[in-house]
Amino acid sequence: MNHDESRPQENGGQGTTLLGAPSRRGPMNVFPLWKNILVATVCLLGALFAAPNVFQPDPAVQIRSLDADAMISAAQKARVLAALDKAGVAVIGVDEDDGSLLVRLQDEAAQLGARSLIADTLNDNVGDFVVALAQAPTTPQWLQDLGGKPMSLGLDLFGGAHFLLQVNMQDYIAGVVDNSAEGMRDKLIDERIRFLPNRNWVDGQTISIGFRDEATREEAKAALVDYQDFLVQERESAGDLILRFTLTEDKIRALEDRAISQNLTSLRNRVNELGVSEPQVQRLGRSRIVVDLPGIQDSARAKEILNKFANLEFRLEALPRARKSQLETYEYQGRMQDIMRRNIVTGNNVQDAQQSYDPETSQPQVSIELDNEGGRKMHAATKDNIGRSMAILFIEQKPRVREVVRDGETIEEYYTIEERRLISVATIQAALGFSFRITGLSLREAQDLALLLRAGALAAPMYIVEERTVGAQLGDENIRRGWQSVAIGFALVLAFMIYYYRGFGLAANVALTANLTLLVAIMSILGATLTLPGIAGIVLTVGMAVDANVLIFSRIREELKNNPPQMAIQAGFDRALLTITDANVTTFFVAIILLSIGSGPVRGFAVTLAVGIVTSMFTAILVTRALVNLMYGGRKLESIKI
Amino acid sequence: MSDSQSNTFQVDFMGKRLIAMVLSGVVLAAALGSLSYQGLNLGLDFTGGSLVEVKLAKKVDPQTVRGYLVDAGFTNGTVQTFGSDEDLLIRVPPQEELGVTGQVGLGDEIFAALAAEYPGIVLQQSNYVGPAVGDELAEDGGLALLTALLVVMLYILFRFTKQFSVGAVTALAHDVIIVLGCFSIFGWTFDLTVLAALLAVIGYSLNDTIVVSDRIRENFRRARRGTPIEIINQALNQTLGRTLVTSLTTLFVLLALLFAGGEVIRGFATALSIGVVIGTYSSIYVAANVLLLMNISREDLLVPEPEQDGSEDGSYP
Repeated sequence: MNHDESRPQENGGQGTTLLGAPSRRGPMNVFPLWKNILVATVCLLGALFAAPNVFQPDPAVQIRSLDADAMISAAQKARVLAALDKAGVAVIGVDEDDGSLLVRLQDEAAQLGARSLIADTLNDNVGDFVVALAQAPTTPQWLQDLGGKPMSLGLDLFGGAHFLLQVNMQDYIAGVVDNSAEGMRDKLIDERIRFLPNRNWVDGQTISIGFRDEATREEAKAALVDYQDFLVQERESAGDLILRFTLTEDKIRALEDRAISQNLTSLRNRVNELGVSEPQVQRLGRSRIVVDLPGIQDSARAKEILNKFANLEFRLEALPRARKSQLETYEYQGRMQDIMRRNIVTGNNVQDAQQSYDPETSQPQVSIELDNEGGRKMHAATKDNIGRSMAILFIEQKPRVREVVRDGETIEEYYTIEERRLISVATIQAALGFSFRITGLSLREAQDLALLLRAGALAAPMYIVEERTVGAQLGDENIRRGWQSVAIGFALVLAFMIYYYRGFGLAANVALTANLTLLVAIMSILGATLTLPGIAGIVLTVGMAVDANVLIFSRIREELKNNPPQMAIQAGFDRALLTITDANVTTFFVAIILLSIGSGPVRGFAVTLAVGIVTSMFTAILVTRALVNLMYGGRKLESIKI
Repeated sequence: MSDSQSNTFQVDFMGKRLIAMVLSGVVLAAALGSLSYQGLNLGLDFTGGSLVEVKLAKKVDPQTVRGYLVDAGFTNGTVQTFGSDEDLLIRVPPQEELGVTGQVGLGDEIFAALAAEYPGIVLQQSNYVGPAVGDELAEDGGLALLTALLVVMLYILFRFTKQFSVGAVTALAHDVIIVLGCFSIFGWTFDLTVLAALLAVIGYSLNDTIVVSDRIRENFRRARRGTPIEIINQALNQTLGRTLVTSLTTLFVLLALLFAGGEVIRGFATALSIGVVIGTYSSIYVAANVLLLMNISREDLLVPEPEQDGSEDGSYP
C-alpha cells in the first residue's frame, strides 16, 4: 500500500510506517488555507455556471433574415411591435443579437399566433425572413457576460425531429466522370483533334480515349489540360495509343468533400424555409449528414423538403447536324425535343431565383441570378447561340433498396433511379449573363421552379436513413420524469448517508451536492446537450459517486480499531485514494469507449458518465476531505462517530 | 448501529465457492441457452423499420386499432400499449418494396390513418431506422462491448497481475451474459439504451471488482501467514460493508429511474438494476474464485525490491 506520492506535501516518506508515530509538522487533518480556498472557489464557480439552468426560458418568436448580411431594420422592428400591440399580444421584451430579433412573449399560448402575425407583417411581398418559435434564455446579463449559459436540451427533451441522411457518392462520382467525358469529347471535336471512335470511354472511375499517333495524343493532352481532377496516364493497348484519365483516391475525397459541403449549404437553405429557430445541419463521417430540427411542429413537411433529390441542368437545344452521341431526346409538351448531352450550368450555380411578372406582357416569369462561374459559362454558351433554344432539364433521384449477394453474403444495397424531364424550353433572346429570365411558364410552374432553384440543388443524391421525431408533449413528459427521478434518487441517497454515517454522512452529502452542481456546470460550459439518457447518467453518477466516500469512511472505521481518531481519519483518506483512483480510471475508460463508438442516446449517457467520474473524484477526495478537516481536524478527539 | 459496522462480518465466502460456481454455471448455461435458442428481442435501433407512439384521448383496445390499420393497408404492423392504456406503440418491420423514401413516410401515413379515426390523438414519437443503419448500430455496439472488455483486461494486467486481469474480465463477461440472458428469457426489448446500460454495468461491476481486488492484493502483501482462501475471505469481509452500501445507494437511484423515469428509460434502468445485483455477486464470487483457480500466491504479488519512495506499485500512468 502506498499513498505517499499522491500527497507528498503532507506525509512525505512515511510509507508503511504510517501506523507508527506521526512525524509531521503542524496539527493533523488541517488543510493549508490555499487548499480550502481552492476547494471553495471551484465549488462557487460550479454554482455560478450551473445557475443558468435554473432560470426558465421565456417563450419567444425569433426573426432572422435569410440573407446573412441583411439586418432587421428599426422600421421593421417597429412594424412588428406595432402589429403585435394592435393584436393585443403581450410582449415582455425584445432582444437583438447577431442580426436576429427575439421577441419575448408572456405565455406559450400566444406563441403560435404571434408567429403567424409576424410572418404576415414582414413577408408581405417576398419571404425574406425566417420566423420561428424559440426559447429566450432568462439568464441575467452579468452571468451571460461571464459566459454562463444553460445546457441545451436534446430532441428527446425538447421535442423535434432528427434526420440522418446518406449521400449517394457512387452515383455522384459516376455523374462527374460522365460529364467530364462528355466535355472532353466536345473539346476534342471543337479543336478538331481526331480520336478513335469508341462508344465506351467510361469505365468506373476512368476515361480512356484512343488515338492513332503520338502527335495527336500530345495535342489532345494539351487540349484537355483543364481536367485537373484526373490523373493522366499514357497507355498502349492493341496498337492504339491511349490517354487514360483516372480519378485518384485523393480527388474522390476532394469531390466528396465538395459534394457534402454543397449539400450542406443547400440543406441549410431548405431547412431555413421550415421556420425552426436553431436548426443543426452537420456532416457525419464520410458520406452522411445529420439534420436536427428542434421544436419542429410538422415533421412530415420537413421530410418532404429534405427528400427532394432534384437538380436542374441548363442545356442547349440540339441542332439538326448534331451527332447522335451528342444528344438526348425528351418529351416536351407532347413533342419530342432533342437537347445536347452536355450542360451549360446546373442548379448548383444558381444564386437566387424569384418568381415575378414580365412588365411588358404581365406573364409570370422566373428571374434567375447565377454565381460568377455560372455567369461566365452561360455567357460563353449563349453569345453565339441567339435564336436557339435553351432547355431546363429537371433531374429527380429516387432512392431504392435491393438485396444483392456479395461474397456469399446477402446485403442491402442502396441505389437510385433517375427521373428526368424537361420543364422548360425557351428561345435565347440575347447573350445571357449572370442574371436572366425564363418566360412562358404558368404561374404555378414559375413558382415551383423559383422555389426549387432558390432552395438550392444537391450536388449528390441523398436519402433519409434514420428519423427520430419526438412530440413536444412527450418531450415535456421526459424532462419532468427525468428530473423527478434525479430528485427522488438524490433524496434517497442523502437520507441514507446521514442515517448511516452521521457527521461524516453530512460531509458526504455536501460533497454530493457539490458534485451534482459541478457536473451540471461543466456540462453547461462544454455546451453539451442534455438528453434523457444523459439524465440517466446524472442519476447513476449520484448513486455511484458516494462510492468514493463510502470507501473512505469504511476505511476510517477499520483504522479506528487500532488508531486514535485523527490518525484513523488521515489513514482512511490516504489508503482509500489508490483504490478510488484505480476504480474510477477504469470506469472512465469505459465511458470514453462509449463516447467514441456509440451514437445518439449512448453518447448522451457517456458524456455525463465521463464528466461525472471527474467531478465525483474531485468532490469525494477534496471536498469531503476539506469538510471533514473543518469538522474534526486540528483538535484533540476522544472518539468519533462514523 | 453506526459503531458496530466495521469489520464485524465474518462470512466464509470462499468456503461456499463450489456452490457459487455451480450456481453461476447453471445461470450462465440458462442465459446462453436462451440467447442461442430464443435470441434477443431486438428493438427498432437494430432491426430497422418504423415505430410510432401515439397518445389517445381515451382507452382503446390495441386489437381494434390494429384492425383499422389493416383496413388502411398496413398489414404487418404490431400494436401494443406502452406504459398506460392510452399510449399505443405501433411497430412496422422494414418494408423493402416501399423503397427507401417510401418507408420514411410510413410513420406519418400511419399517424394520419389513426388521426382520421381517433380525434384528439397526439403523436408522441415517430422513428424510422434504415436497414443499413440498424446493422451498423448493432455492429458498433458489439465492438464497443468487446473493446471495453479488452481495455479493462489490459489495464488490470498493467496495474495488477494476470490472475486479477482474467478474474475481472471473467466477472464482467459473467455479468454481461446474465443481463443479456434475462432480456432474452423475458423477451424484453433490447435497444440502444439497454446497450448503454450494459456498458455501464461493465463500468459498475469493474468498480466493484477492483475495490475487492485491491484489498486482496494488499492483504496478500501484508499477511505473513494464512492460506490464500483465508486471506481472500478476510479481504471480502473487509470490503463487504462498502460493497453493500454502494450497491444499495446505486440501487436506490436505479429504482427511482425505474419507477419515476417513464417508459423510455425503463429498459435502461432494468438492465442496470440487474447488472448491479449480479455485479456485486460476481465481484465477490467470480473474480475471487478465478484467483484461487489460477493459484494466486503471495509471491505473485510481492513488490520487486522497493525503491526509496516505494513508488513501484503506486505509480500512475
